[in-house]
Amino acid sequence: MKESKTCQEIWVFAEQRVGVLHDAGLELLGKARELAKRYNSRVSAILLGKEVEGLTGILMTHGADRVILVDSIHLGNYRLMPYVSVLEKACRQHDPDILLFAASSMGMELAPRLAARLNTGLSAHCIDLQLDEDGKLLQMVPGWGGGVVATIKCPEHRPQMATVMPGIMRKIEGYDRSGEILKLEIGEILDTSGPRVLKVHREEPCGMPLEQAEVVVAGGWGIGSSEGWQLLEELSVVLCGAVGATRPAVDEGWAREDQMIGQSGKIVRPCLYIGVGISGMMHHVVGMDASNHIVTINTDPKAGIFEVSDVIIVGDYKAIIPALIEEIKKKQA
Amino acid sequence: MERVIVCIKPIPDPKEWHLLRMDPVTKTLIREGIPSVINPLDKHALEAALEIKDTLGAEVVLLSMAPPFTKPVLREALAMGADRAFLLSDRVFAGSDSLTTARILAAGIRKIGEFDLVFCGNFTLDGSTAQVPSQLAECLSIPNVMHINKMELKKEGGLFLTQQIESGYVYLEAETPILLSFTKKANKPRFISFLEMLEAEKRDISVWNNSDLGLDESSIGLAGAPTKMADLLLCQKKRAGIRIEGSPEEIAQGLAERIYQWGIL
Repeated sequence: MKESKTCQEIWVFAEQRVGVLHDAGLELLGKARELAKRYNSRVSAILLGKEVEGLTGILMTHGADRVILVDSIHLGNYRLMPYVSVLEKACRQHDPDILLFAASSMGMELAPRLAARLNTGLSAHCIDLQLDEDGKLLQMVPGWGGGVVATIKCPEHRPQMATVMPGIMRKIEGYDRSGEILKLEIGEILDTSGPRVLKVHREEPCGMPLEQAEVVVAGGWGIGSSEGWQLLEELSVVLCGAVGATRPAVDEGWAREDQMIGQSGKIVRPCLYIGVGISGMMHHVVGMDASNHIVTINTDPKAGIFEVSDVIIVGDYKAIIPALIEEIKKKQA
Repeated sequence: MERVIVCIKPIPDPKEWHLLRMDPVTKTLIREGIPSVINPLDKHALEAALEIKDTLGAEVVLLSMAPPFTKPVLREALAMGADRAFLLSDRVFAGSDSLTTARILAAGIRKIGEFDLVFCGNFTLDGSTAQVPSQLAECLSIPNVMHINKMELKKEGGLFLTQQIESGYVYLEAETPILLSFTKKANKPRFISFLEMLEAEKRDISVWNNSDLGLDESSIGLAGAPTKMADLLLCQKKRAGIRIEGSPEEIAQGLAERIYQWGIL
């Protein structure tokens, strides 16, 4: 363990599937650059895959001083056991102070196993990261559906590891360092045990990605029917926005899983969020409360969502939304 | 298929979380008066195990690390159809993080003996780290897969798995032993009848403490946990909340005007 009150090496796991980088990894590079200022740390992206050298440039413009590249025919599809063994070797050789993962389906599976193998600490689904005066990572972790935020430290073990909620950190672009590429040869020790990948089936996301929309119209259980849901779709179209949902609305089948906003879904912070028929459970609120303007419509005058709203409307959305669509069209005309 | 071990976590009933308070001095959560329930996703893990029991006759064994007062939660899981239940309970387990929890559960599993499969819920609602399944598998030196939407047993042994990812699915082929964690899409947990519940009241739950497991106390609980909590805050989120009232048309006009002023149209 390093005793120095500093932080020299910050690593970000550059997640990719089928040669496409996950946005959340790029967001982490943005956060890593911010953390790097205090102790002038070096930011490295660690990239695993088959024939992925072409992605190193994107990682550098998003903030990496260095890309640690492990390119192998054995790493074509993500598989947990080989990935853990490669990352273990890289960490033991290069001793990073901090190692960050996206709290994605891959990061959630991979980071805990690696932390256990390295006998170090890991915090989950962080919503913020800071460095303290001793060069230690402060990890802000939501719990209890987001109603509680704990600050976690890993004082005695290295690397200090965290998974971070996708959508929370800001990407930077045009970082103008022409970084170096460190190619890590993995040799024979690669662990190829564990399940075999038969097929990766990717669904093309339809419509505008929720995280990028300037306007998000979100619906909850109070919508009551798929006909009602249609009104949200229509409102989002006139506002050039995207439609989001709470867990109950996804469970009812009105919205897709990838439309879910909240602790176990997506974090959105649009210019305008319109929440309809949403009670305001904390695990939804953590996914939307950073929006610039929050408007909520609910028939229940005591709905919890009103606490976090700029504009409150108590009433029936079935009457209000068609009228609102008309008014917006008038203003746009 | 001989034995499936299912990890169960009793959690404070999410319907009563508004009763949660924080001790301002010790910065610990006070759960007093909040009843415990089975973590919802653990029921899906249990259902997956019971389906194997129904078709192949495997023994289903429940394992939990929790205080002794949570025994009724394990009895409910027994009522669903599990064969045996073990509760790992000791004051030295308190303050565990995900890694030390995994170490303790792994020791419990080793003491139970041989197994083919270990099943978990994909995450718990309270702590929600979703870290224990992968770390438990690492402690047991067996592979694992998270986010399982579908599991199918092959006739000649082994499993077909469907794993949910952000933009679709991964189809996998796996061998036992393996640890799997399930989403709510995996199945529909069976209903428990009143009679089954009554029957389970009489069932015995074995409690093991650390002298049964024999773990080095410096590697478990608060002492062994690599992560330490530095601070805890209850979130207070609040905004002004200006009401727009009137007929639907008046509300729509008022709201459209504001949206216009915010520069969105």
